[in-house]
Amino acid sequence: MDLSAINPVLLIASLMVAATPLLLAAIGELVVEKAGVLNLGVEGMMIIGAICGFAIAVETTNPYLGLLAAMAGGAVLSLLFAFLTQVALANQVASGLALTLFGLGLSALMGQSYVGIKPPAMAKLDIPFLTDLPIIGPILFGHDPVLYVGLALTAATWALLKYSRLGLILRAVGENHEAAHALGYHVVRTRVLAILFGGACAGLGGAYISLIRVPQWTEGMTAGIGWIALALVVFASWKPWRVLLGAYLFGGINVLQLNLQAAGVAIPVEYLAMSPYLITILVLVIMSADKSRAPASLGRIFHASQ
Amino acid sequence: MTAPLLSIQGLTKAYPGVIANDDVSFDIAEGQVHALLGENGAGKSTLVKMIYGLVKPDSGQMTWRGAEFAPAEPRAARAAGVAMVFQHFSLFDALNVAENVALGMENPPAMRDLAARIKDVSENYGLPLDPFRTVGDLSAGERQRVEIIRCLLQDPKLLIMDEPTSVLTPQEVEILFQTLRKLKSEGTSILYISHKLEEIRNLCDHATILRLGKNVGECVPAETSARQMAELMVGDTLQTPTRTAKSGGEIMLKVQSLTAKSANPFGTSLKDISFTVRSGEILGLGGVAGNGQDELLAALSGELLTSPNTVIIRGKATGHLGPNQRRGIGTLAAPEERLGHAAAPNMSLVENALLTGSIRQGLTKKGFVNWKDTTQFAEDIIKAFDVRTPGSDRAARSLSGGNLQKFVIGREVLQDPDVLIVNQPTWGVDAAAAAAIRQALLDLAANGAAVVVISQDLDELMEISDNFGALNEGRLSNICPAAGLTIDEIGLMMGGAHGLDAPTQEVRA
Amino acid sequence: MIHLEKRPQPSRAWALMTPVIAVIVTMIAGGLLFAALGKNPIEAIRTIFYDPLFGEFSFYYRPQLLVKGGPLILIAIGLSLGFRAGIWNIGAEGQYIVGAICGAAAGLAFYPMESIVIFPLMIFFGALGGLIWAMIPALLKVKFGTNEILVSLMLVYVAEQLLASMSLGLLKNPEGFGFPGSRNFQSYDSAHNAELITGTGMHWGVVAAFIAVIFSYILLNKHILGYNIRLTGEAPRAARFGGVNPTRLVLFCMGASGALAGLAGLFEVAGPAGQVSIDFNVGYGFTAIIVAFLGRLHPVGILLAGLLMALTYIGGDIAQSSLSLPSAAIQVFQGMLLFFLLALDVLTNFRIRFATKGAA
Repeated sequence: MDLSAINPVLLIASLMVAATPLLLAAIGELVVEKAGVLNLGVEGMMIIGAICGFAIAVETTNPYLGLLAAMAGGAVLSLLFAFLTQVALANQVASGLALTLFGLGLSALMGQSYVGIKPPAMAKLDIPFLTDLPIIGPILFGHDPVLYVGLALTAATWALLKYSRLGLILRAVGENHEAAHALGYHVVRTRVLAILFGGACAGLGGAYISLIRVPQWTEGMTAGIGWIALALVVFASWKPWRVLLGAYLFGGINVLQLNLQAAGVAIPVEYLAMSPYLITILVLVIMSADKSRAPASLGRIFHASQ
Repeated sequence: MTAPLLSIQGLTKAYPGVIANDDVSFDIAEGQVHALLGENGAGKSTLVKMIYGLVKPDSGQMTWRGAEFAPAEPRAARAAGVAMVFQHFSLFDALNVAENVALGMENPPAMRDLAARIKDVSENYGLPLDPFRTVGDLSAGERQRVEIIRCLLQDPKLLIMDEPTSVLTPQEVEILFQTLRKLKSEGTSILYISHKLEEIRNLCDHATILRLGKNVGECVPAETSARQMAELMVGDTLQTPTRTAKSGGEIMLKVQSLTAKSANPFGTSLKDISFTVRSGEILGLGGVAGNGQDELLAALSGELLTSPNTVIIRGKATGHLGPNQRRGIGTLAAPEERLGHAAAPNMSLVENALLTGSIRQGLTKKGFVNWKDTTQFAEDIIKAFDVRTPGSDRAARSLSGGNLQKFVIGREVLQDPDVLIVNQPTWGVDAAAAAAIRQALLDLAANGAAVVVISQDLDELMEISDNFGALNEGRLSNICPAAGLTIDEIGLMMGGAHGLDAPTQEVRA
Repeated sequence: MIHLEKRPQPSRAWALMTPVIAVIVTMIAGGLLFAALGKNPIEAIRTIFYDPLFGEFSFYYRPQLLVKGGPLILIAIGLSLGFRAGIWNIGAEGQYIVGAICGAAAGLAFYPMESIVIFPLMIFFGALGGLIWAMIPALLKVKFGTNEILVSLMLVYVAEQLLASMSLGLLKNPEGFGFPGSRNFQSYDSAHNAELITGTGMHWGVVAAFIAVIFSYILLNKHILGYNIRLTGEAPRAARFGGVNPTRLVLFCMGASGALAGLAGLFEVAGPAGQVSIDFNVGYGFTAIIVAFLGRLHPVGILLAGLLMALTYIGGDIAQSSLSLPSAAIQVFQGMLLFFLLALDVLTNFRIRFATKGAA
């Protein structure tokens, strides 16, 4: 065992990379849940994003087109969920599960010919002088652009929800859909848009895994990150900045356990690999005491009867 | 004479199985307070939803100051100058007052300016409000203020108020009426929807009366007696309950120092409630909605558990017993919310009969359900209470509100309880069914049961109660004999004067 | 303009029809998918749905129907109880794994002793393993109000790691030349879940599945506990008013589904799978969710749906070898089935109206 092999600067830098897919997916789901919809299909949308992004990036040799395709893929899949829950008024839990099961299958089907290929690499941020700074450089200025997009998205989501009219309407719809309808707001339209946004974010998060973090395609490679993103939204009490905090926390745990595995710590690999899931459970337990922040209409079916 | 502000001509709207509005016509003049009078289910709500753009008429038309008016959505109606205060508030508990107001406006100013305007307008109209308080923490009266302020900030030409006083104490009603008169003096027209005749006589210039979706007459309320309006509204003569008062029976239910936290974060916790009910007695508990009624029913039915000695039934400490154990000793209850609480909407009437009947009717044996007896029990309820339904296999939600209410009350009454607690027994029920339900409660008491009726309908409580008390913010006023109470005294009780200025009649222990 | 209108009464006819229509629509959509993959759609559908039952080698495939259907039905019956009450145990896969590990460990502890008590003991520990694994989310939900969906799902990943650890460590066959995986139960008579009637695929797990179907039918239709489960799902507040103790109900539903999933795992590991290995679980716990919904959470429906889903597995295998249809295509196919079912379900409670007037 050699713990000195673990470099703290690299640890923090890779923590940020590990956290980004989680952050993207969780911010998307936060918006969806703020609109009063519980989409349990995050895992499915992520994996579809992962393969769509990977396939298009490989075919066009342009990673940015891949990212766009991933967002489109996630959004298209989420549209299925939107149709089921907002038009056909199906149960949101069942529909979300269906989305995940379907997404896992479809991604495996789509990804058959992409196993073992290397995707085109994405350029990292390289600002002369800043990136070369010791410690701060690799942590703050040495990442791929998507990581910064994730941070910007968190800030934008926070500001939009808190200060904009759109955010106010979104919260109103999630809080009390009957009242929002009575005031003349389009509950279904608002929710469908939120679901699409969530889908695009999850897709981007998935592509981040397959194009940047890993980077290659393997079946089921999201390995529960979509589910952890769902837990993260609860952990964050539906607050964007706490999602960021949570994502970095989980990213940290994950990177740490991988580093410990690599360093050959005397704990069996399997038990280290379990740790992110066990910690997620622990966090859920701690956070479940405070339910008051959940949007009041979360998961309820809306039908404008009269 | 100038064109009316809003003219309604032949509006018709049908829903499957029911014609909500049938060829309704009337005019609202500028600066007029126009009453829309009718029983529950007469079609008042559908009519105003058409004016507000929430529902589109099947036929007929409206004109606004002579021009055609067909709002496709509430936004269009608001743009024209229509504003509406809803019966069930369209408020968002987790948002603050200013955010709630902003949601009701087309182009709200920046939050800080809006907050200032809310303060101005609310004080100007005698309805003070703090713009930054969370709406979920406000009382029912304050919540209504939020709705009204939201409307006033848009300088409406026509203000629609749907049953605004059902959540107010008599004193709050007076404040509201002053506000409305001030608005009228400034030229705003008001469409005032109610089934309370005295309010309409007090406030309105003109009244249109709806019955079963049709306009059955118009009148000037100040020149028409309440009796004449009631006859127009109800259509046939009512069966008035016959009261045979008994007193001095055995104490059946004793509640002492009952304090309980609400299960709902925005609910009202019960604070130190004590009262007794004797055999043969009906205790009426009034109070504005949301002052602990649901919680009190839950604490008495066993859904909300408390320490044993807070609820004593026939001398037995039962505060810690669940609903079925209380049923076992003869205490039954009927909650306010029919669909989802008193009955499961998608389950059949037979299955709903089992919901509370399994213990006292012996419908299960070693856990196995005797469906034959259960069906019989359901059919008995349907027959005894004249529940209109094609059969006991129908889902509860397929029944009209009144019929389901008869089923729910009948289910408890037929089990011959020693103690019965009902919350809003006739809410949303037509007059004939309401009379039947009240009579059933009176008969039950006459046969020696102790009955607690929680209701927001003061007329109802005055009609059937022996004793009266009121809930306010989870506390109970003194209990007084109902006979001889004045509206002022009741208002003080509902407003939370705990025995200070309240009537000083002898309190029966 | 189309809009939905709530039916006064849920339609029984549609409730029965929707699964059938969903299967037909899925076959059509699946056919299109297979065509898009360059396969002859009619041949593919025939290979999946017809050949296993009536084709040339059906004598081999028919027993597989019970082998594959047994665990699906067993798990789905358990899940359906919770789903009916609005309690979402979606971690059956984990409970299945832990049941298999516990049951297998109980059997292997006695190796090489032969006794008739060993198999019953394994059954007990298999059920217990699943039960305990399901009790984790159940107790957390009851005690802290923790979301059971996320916890039960997280525990699937934990169980998978546990499985890897077991098959590489504690339960590894000491005589296995270092290969991962436990001893094979097929060569340990007292612990082997053998075929009961040769050539039928019938083993104890299938028997257990049939018993579970019957018990669940009686529970839901004749017993107050089943009534309480349905009531809680329909109207939780009414259930409380009706005297249902929600805590006990959560524990019962989660416990029952966990125990049944654990049993399914044990019967699988001691029978068709034969050993604890890293890739022992093949997703029955997730497919059973589809089975439960496709069967409309009704015991008889689940029985039929389980057999149908088993058919798609077998047919998928055949199509994979004969038409080189990718195995993932079957997963997509199963996912589509759930989609169409959920989408069509709206017809049970709503009527579709085509507005005739311009205004709607």
